[in-house]
Amino acid sequence: MTVTAEGPLPPVPYDVAIVGAGVVGCAIARDLARRPRLRVALLDAQDDVGQGTSKANTAILHTGFDATPGTLEARLVREGYARLGAYAAETGIPVERVGALLVAWDAEQLAALPGLAEKAARNAYPDTVLLGPEELYAREPHLGPGALGALHVPGESVICPWTTTLAYATQAVRAGVDLHLNTAVRGADRADGHLLTTSRGTLRARHLVNAAGLHADTLDRALGHDDFTVTPRRGQLLVYDKFARPLVRHILLPVPTALGKGVLVAPTVHGNVLLGPTAEDLRDKRATGSTADGTAALREQGRRVLPALLEEEVTAVYAGLRAATGQEDYRITAHPGQAYVTVGGIRSTGLTASLAIAAHVTGLLADGGLDLGPVREPEPLTMPNLGEAFPRPYQRADLIAADPAYGTLVCHCERVSRGEIRDALASTVPPRTLEGLRRRTRARGGRCQGFYCGAAVRELFERGAGP
Amino acid sequence: MTAPRHPDVLVVGAGPAGLTAAARLAAAGARVEVLEREARPGGLPRTCAHGGFGPWPRTLTGPRYARLLTEAAERAGAALRTGVTALDWAPAGPVLTTVGPGGPETIAARAVLLATGARERPRAARLVPGTRPAGVFTTGELQRAVHLFGQHIGTRAVIAGATDVSYAAAGTVRAAGAEVVALVTEHPRAQTGRARAGAARLARSIPLLTGTTITELLGHGRLSGVRVRHRDGRTAVLPCDTVVFTGDFVPEHELARRGGLTLDPGTRGPATGATAHTSRPGVFAAGNLLHAVEPAGTAAREGARAADAVLDFLAGAPWPDPGVPVTVEAPLRWIAPNLVIPGAVPDRHVLRTAVPLPRPVLYVHQDGRLLHRQRLTAGTASPGRTLTVTARWHARVTPTGGPVRVSTG
Repeated sequence: MTVTAEGPLPPVPYDVAIVGAGVVGCAIARDLARRPRLRVALLDAQDDVGQGTSKANTAILHTGFDATPGTLEARLVREGYARLGAYAAETGIPVERVGALLVAWDAEQLAALPGLAEKAARNAYPDTVLLGPEELYAREPHLGPGALGALHVPGESVICPWTTTLAYATQAVRAGVDLHLNTAVRGADRADGHLLTTSRGTLRARHLVNAAGLHADTLDRALGHDDFTVTPRRGQLLVYDKFARPLVRHILLPVPTALGKGVLVAPTVHGNVLLGPTAEDLRDKRATGSTADGTAALREQGRRVLPALLEEEVTAVYAGLRAATGQEDYRITAHPGQAYVTVGGIRSTGLTASLAIAAHVTGLLADGGLDLGPVREPEPLTMPNLGEAFPRPYQRADLIAADPAYGTLVCHCERVSRGEIRDALASTVPPRTLEGLRRRTRARGGRCQGFYCGAAVRELFERGAGP
Repeated sequence: MTAPRHPDVLVVGAGPAGLTAAARLAAAGARVEVLEREARPGGLPRTCAHGGFGPWPRTLTGPRYARLLTEAAERAGAALRTGVTALDWAPAGPVLTTVGPGGPETIAARAVLLATGARERPRAARLVPGTRPAGVFTTGELQRAVHLFGQHIGTRAVIAGATDVSYAAAGTVRAAGAEVVALVTEHPRAQTGRARAGAARLARSIPLLTGTTITELLGHGRLSGVRVRHRDGRTAVLPCDTVVFTGDFVPEHELARRGGLTLDPGTRGPATGATAHTSRPGVFAAGNLLHAVEPAGTAAREGARAADAVLDFLAGAPWPDPGVPVTVEAPLRWIAPNLVIPGAVPDRHVLRTAVPLPRPVLYVHQDGRLLHRQRLTAGTASPGRTLTVTARWHARVTPTGGPVRVSTG
């Protein structure tokens, strides 16, 4: 098993190099890892998997009910929804099938709901139900006043985005994929296959997959294509304290307008409530900061949807950048002559679609001349559970009896045990920063943000959690 | 799951309030168990290396004070259990579920005393915009990092706040070998004694930026600076790799909320009168859970008073009626105790203001009737500092009347 973050890269050419270890790149790596004859490299500029757009999304497993019918995105989201749902159940990625309500706040929005139900049916999702105000308020008693009705989409679900990306990467690495972190691709040339110039030297590969997310257009241009431009669209999100979780039972969506899907209020599998995202088109691909205007606007919109939410404390504020391309579809393009596949314009639905995108890309690589060889299914994997709807280690008497470290809580707000931190540090794709440890365990991710446990968690991270 | 344990009193939290109560209860013959979720007892003083704890003039450092309280509780016969977390309540009564290295347990006590203390609000809760770099602390995390673990914290630190806690944080930054770039406060002056503010400014040349707010954190990976804005509109970037958000304490009230205890809207801690009874029969509360925050000595005194109330309850005293709520009007933030219960008059009330109040006068009304009027201090009442008001007006409260309102005008 190989995960590197420093030193020179292996000189031997790979069969496939995937640039970008976000949720899509990791899913592709995992899919290719099912082909034991292939030598695969997964590269990322940052020090962890899922550090770009993948870590800062709305954490929803979409049915694809509102996709544009007939697009590649619509198909891959629909397929990906089924695939990821099954995969999550197998590997212990927390998913809560809470369902969504598109809430109409005026007559115009109410009139739009039947059309959305029809569109859902055209996307092969016939299970939507129109609700009157009475049933809506029965389902969501804390909803603000003035809602006229809703479209219920029972299949919409919430999922842990960090565990998903990590599960893919773990299986890929265990099956032989080389994961090279801190490896920024600076140039791409053709010389007996692909020759990538990176921050850690050169790397050769016969086939290349561009899953570089926000930077996919830059890499695409380096390979001579001028098909799309990525405009980072910032989405700021507020995470509310776990005390807010009983206030909301479904994902509460606005009725979509021309300006995007709008601001949602959604439970998270970690037991919090999410409010966001904003949608701000920017130029700077590093502008992942929150702004006073952004959070104020979110709070104003949240106040209408769920007034009591605003009484609770905010546990985290974050901002992610979506890879918008100005096109209403993914930009997945094979360039068989170049042994190169571009996986661009993967928007917020990419988490849901990831496994279907991966299967699609593997097919495109084969069409482009990659001999996949025989299939060997990966070893089954069980991920540590970060979901509140499933037993956490501190709740499991059997686990604590076998190993008291699971009963010793280090992070009190999130109830993270010493045993879980130790396991994360010893895992296949270990964290390289405290933030990485947080995404794997939730340690320091709660309401106190480290007031009580920050120094103790850091001590375990820097000195090791011991046996 | 093992068989339920049955102590007379279960104290949650081994800080000054919990330990003092446990010592007094055990000395009176009650079987007392104290749960502390951290690895060592002592509470926040354990992490405060500076002096000023315990009775004046022979004050102690925080760790020494914490050790004395711990030893007193143990000597009296209280059972101290560290590394054990109280998770939740059984459906009824003073019964808690816990977890520790020994596994899950249910503890069915005759009385529970919540003494879970207070913590600072972190950057996220304060909605400070910007990136999410490393190097962002609260005083609590900073003091643990430096005093308990000897961790490196950075080289240049900006301190958000100019209260006593902020100056303590500045001291900790310097003790860790780092430079304090500035203390930043939105208020027109520091909320500490003149001597302390002057000493920091002159002897240690720590600048104090008043009328100034931190508007953005900068940097990817590690903090590279904070953007500040002065009230007059000027902005600047202070280069730094560390920022410490100080003060702005809130009660650590998770167990109280999970237990359905009535909370006071001002303090956000359990609503209580003079005697530490909460709205849930058999459950008492003391210390900074009730008022975030007062000095450790205040918390300890309350622990002792709560122990007396618990002993009376164990001896058969009835649970008091809810009492009359005491509420504050802006710019006052909270008052504690915040219930008037007939026959139980506190020594005093403590309260806080949100903004500086020059020569403040306090008015206490019930149903439009003036019960009391009092000048609070001769100077300016400062946010982040304790204000006190007498409780002599309790006798004039009508038990069947509306809430008592405390205002500054």
